[in-house]
Amino acid sequence: MPSSSLARGVRRIGAGTIRAVSRAGFAARFFLLVLRHSPSAFHRLQLTAREIYFAGVLSLVVIMVSGLFVGMVLGLQGYDALNKYGAGDSLGIFVGLSLVRELGPVVAGLLFASRAGSAITAEIGLMKTTEQLSAMEMMAVDPLARIVAPRFWGGVIAMPLLAALFSVMGVFGAYLVGVRLIGVDNGTFWGNMQAGIGFWPDVTNGIIKSIVFGIAVSLIAVFEGYDANPTAEGVSAATTRTVVGGSLAILALDFVLTVFMFRGLGSG
Amino acid sequence: MNKATIDLWVGIFVTIGLGAIVFLALKVGNLTSIETKPTYRLEASFDNIGGLKLRAPVKAAGVIVGRVESVKLDNKTYEAVVSLRMDNGYQFSKDTIASILTSGLLGEVYIGLEAGGDPVMLADGGRISKTQSAVVLEKLIGQFLFDKASSGSAK
Amino acid sequence: MTDVTFGYDRRRPVLRGINMTIPRGKVVAIMGGSGCGKTTMLRLIGGQLRQQTGKVLVDGQPVKELSRDGLYALRRRIGMLFQFGALFTDMTVYENVAFPMREHTDLDETLIRDLVLMKLNAVGLRGAAQLRPAELSGGMARRVALARAIALDPMLVMYDEPFAGLDPISLGVVGQLIRTLNDALGITSVVVTHDVYESLKIVDYLYFVSEGRIISQGTPEDVRKSTDPFVRQFVDGAPDGPVPFHYPARPYADELAVRAL
Repeated sequence: MPSSSLARGVRRIGAGTIRAVSRAGFAARFFLLVLRHSPSAFHRLQLTAREIYFAGVLSLVVIMVSGLFVGMVLGLQGYDALNKYGAGDSLGIFVGLSLVRELGPVVAGLLFASRAGSAITAEIGLMKTTEQLSAMEMMAVDPLARIVAPRFWGGVIAMPLLAALFSVMGVFGAYLVGVRLIGVDNGTFWGNMQAGIGFWPDVTNGIIKSIVFGIAVSLIAVFEGYDANPTAEGVSAATTRTVVGGSLAILALDFVLTVFMFRGLGSG
Repeated sequence: MNKATIDLWVGIFVTIGLGAIVFLALKVGNLTSIETKPTYRLEASFDNIGGLKLRAPVKAAGVIVGRVESVKLDNKTYEAVVSLRMDNGYQFSKDTIASILTSGLLGEVYIGLEAGGDPVMLADGGRISKTQSAVVLEKLIGQFLFDKASSGSAK
Repeated sequence: MTDVTFGYDRRRPVLRGINMTIPRGKVVAIMGGSGCGKTTMLRLIGGQLRQQTGKVLVDGQPVKELSRDGLYALRRRIGMLFQFGALFTDMTVYENVAFPMREHTDLDETLIRDLVLMKLNAVGLRGAAQLRPAELSGGMARRVALARAIALDPMLVMYDEPFAGLDPISLGVVGQLIRTLNDALGITSVVVTHDVYESLKIVDYLYFVSEGRIISQGTPEDVRKSTDPFVRQFVDGAPDGPVPFHYPARPYADELAVRAL
């Protein structure tokens, strides 16, 4: 009967929404729990340092190579577009602003979510599946303090550093293409860039963005791992949710932050 | 993967990360001497500041000697009051002229200073009395058309 | 130590009206088919789950009413051996056994080293101290987990399916370890398993659980002589009996007839 299948569909949407909302509530509570257990992550600096290694150092190659390529493409495309308006000399400022304000935090964040975020989720999910988290609980060691919090803070600390490195490599890539390959004047490239980009609004806002992204992605990663179904499919689904959810969160937050940060600049 | 190796790599990572941020601040952004050296304040009023933005450079003979700190409207005279943050190393005479200029045709708007001959220098909080407002293109065209029209009717 | 458990009801009660006493210093087995709630009982004792009705008392203390600190203090006196070991895969065998000591005591490393080696020696794996869990066989991993469970000399050790998936030699080793450690260290052991043969060799008392209820209980002698059909089916390993072979379904003839249409 058409009405019953419609009713079923509506019920499923309703149930799904309720599930999503209750999950979001659980996630919020989880976030507060992680924060509450964080002091031990800093007493045992070794634990957090280890996570900074796994989240940050192991992402270095991806981030820096991607940054280089993105910068080079920016240089090529940017010069092509700017040159049409006789503004080829502004390549430096174009590339610099794009990277520092947007591409650095966002692309580095997306790469981080895929590489480090999924790894964190898989690791925690696997520990849950093999009962390591339970074992730790039964040994009176809170896994939130010992496993989850260090990974969360490792991600939060690593993210801004990675975003900055991405931007630097991007500028370098654009320099290689613009100055060395195309022939934009070296002094003009750097001079216009410096004149147009301020530490205060641009670089610091970029840093703020990358910190916010770091918090979002790390939180999603540890939550999905902790909440995963303790089966192979469960961990795999959780990993996917981390990458997809983390990426969407970055893009959404980017929009919100950009509106707040750069709305006033055009009229200033 | 022993502790020492991890610590080493984390140290390297954090160092180059912070270094990247510093690089961005200095070379890419312009955390230049204006933000770090001692400065003093000057004021100037303009009829029209055109496209002058906050943090626009203040140049003398093409050299950056300061930055625009704030722009307000004087409620009584309806003039724009611009606050300039000047580098301590550069002093200007009381009869300095401050003009609003554009670098190139589509370039950024800045304040250019032309020093005068007065032996008395402006101090912190001083006012530049001689100012030249921005050239607003529409007014210029309107003026041109008006002149043309009046010269045409005069014949 | 007395452990008095009444049932607990959830939406689908897993355990109903359980009454169980585990005397101090004895090895007690909880036996039953898969999914009958045996592991749930261990989690109740350890405080990972909370019963709806009734009381769980460990060493006279009601587990359900303990504060967070109280619960953690209790857990430090309980050791648990998880199915398949649940060793921490990012640490060596040595570090796994040292983990509870490092977390809960202020002993310095030289003392910890002696203790770890002593525990590993008790399970016969002192030489494997530097291996990683991934390099261990199932039986070895189980033994390391056992060493870790007794690291802080607990008063109670719980074993969740310690015999599952082991070869005959390892089965014998693990069974022997459970018994000798229990007697040598004066601890109490609760073994959840469905391995009848090994259990009858080492335990002092058995409880049989089916569908959330205690069907039968007794010493190994009682069990061997039991006439209870459920116990008999279990002990003899018969495919059909009180625990049916066929999962509930429509009559076979009906299903075939429908398809033939």
